[in-house]
Amino acid sequence: MVQTDMYEGMLAETVTMQGANNETINAYFARPLGPGPFPAMVIIHHMPGWDEWYREATRRFAHHGYAALSPDLYFRAGHGTPEDVAAKVRADGGVADDQAVGDIAGAMHTLRSLPYINGKVGVFGTCSGGRHAFLAACRVQGFDAVVDCWGGGVVMAPEDLTPQRPVSPIEYTADLTCPILGIFGDDDHSPTPEQVNQHEAELLKHGKTYEFHRYPDAGHGFFYYHRPSYRQAQAVDGWQKIFAFLEKYLQ
Amino acid sequence: MCTMIVEKIKIDGSGKSREGWFSLEQANVSYDHPFNAPLEHALNIDFVNETQGPGARVAVELSAEAARALVETIQAVLDRAEKGGHIV
Repeated sequence: MVQTDMYEGMLAETVTMQGANNETINAYFARPLGPGPFPAMVIIHHMPGWDEWYREATRRFAHHGYAALSPDLYFRAGHGTPEDVAAKVRADGGVADDQAVGDIAGAMHTLRSLPYINGKVGVFGTCSGGRHAFLAACRVQGFDAVVDCWGGGVVMAPEDLTPQRPVSPIEYTADLTCPILGIFGDDDHSPTPEQVNQHEAELLKHGKTYEFHRYPDAGHGFFYYHRPSYRQAQAVDGWQKIFAFLEKYLQ
Repeated sequence: MCTMIVEKIKIDGSGKSREGWFSLEQANVSYDHPFNAPLEHALNIDFVNETQGPGARVAVELSAEAARALVETIQAVLDRAEKGGHIV
């Protein structure tokens, strides 16, 4: 917790890192100044892209004491405004799950290579990023906590599977090796409350450590202050839940 | 990318982006999260020319109701044009 008489500083900048297939991609990196050791977070952007909200979220984690790295999962789609790039990815049916998992694994390994990390790395994402965060935490060893905020498509019907998304992420639940925090709105359509129930039942079935928090009068993306979906009280509580969960497992 | 409902069609025509007019090659039609429309999901149409990069894009984000009305209106206008002998 910041005190008014303490020194505070942060470094935030664009960097490059090795992602899936050892390809170089861009990432946004923010960390507190000082020797550390700091816990680390991989921050996975949402469907609307590697945008301003995600830069702010990355800096928010740094403000709370984390070395935070947010890879551009859309790097290979070309460059332009985040919206234009995200629109291209949307038209292409999203990025392939294998590629996203490879990029997230690369971000985790990049963080683990830094000399000022405390040895703990979590992963956070919203929307498609919540789904990607869960998928990566199941398929990659090395995460100590995962935060899934309203990740749509964790529970997929067989007819929705595609070459890019060939396996419903819930099928990987048995492989999850770290605690998971889920933040969901009861009015969301993706994931629906029923899909969240299925996800929770699967975690329970496999004996996983989890916390699911469901918010009334909140739909998809209720943290996004620039969208009509924003719900102030629920967002404030959700952020508090996130930082309490991470303090428990990463500090 | 939460619904993943998207279709692409090849088209001819021109579009105007903030950089000016450009030739259109494709329209991407999706029902997914919009960037600006105050809706959880919208009928999004991106008129693009991928050979000119992601910035060659004219975007509209419509409610489902507005999109259906637009489709009917386009069809009605084309029918009138055809009846008037303007489409050859």
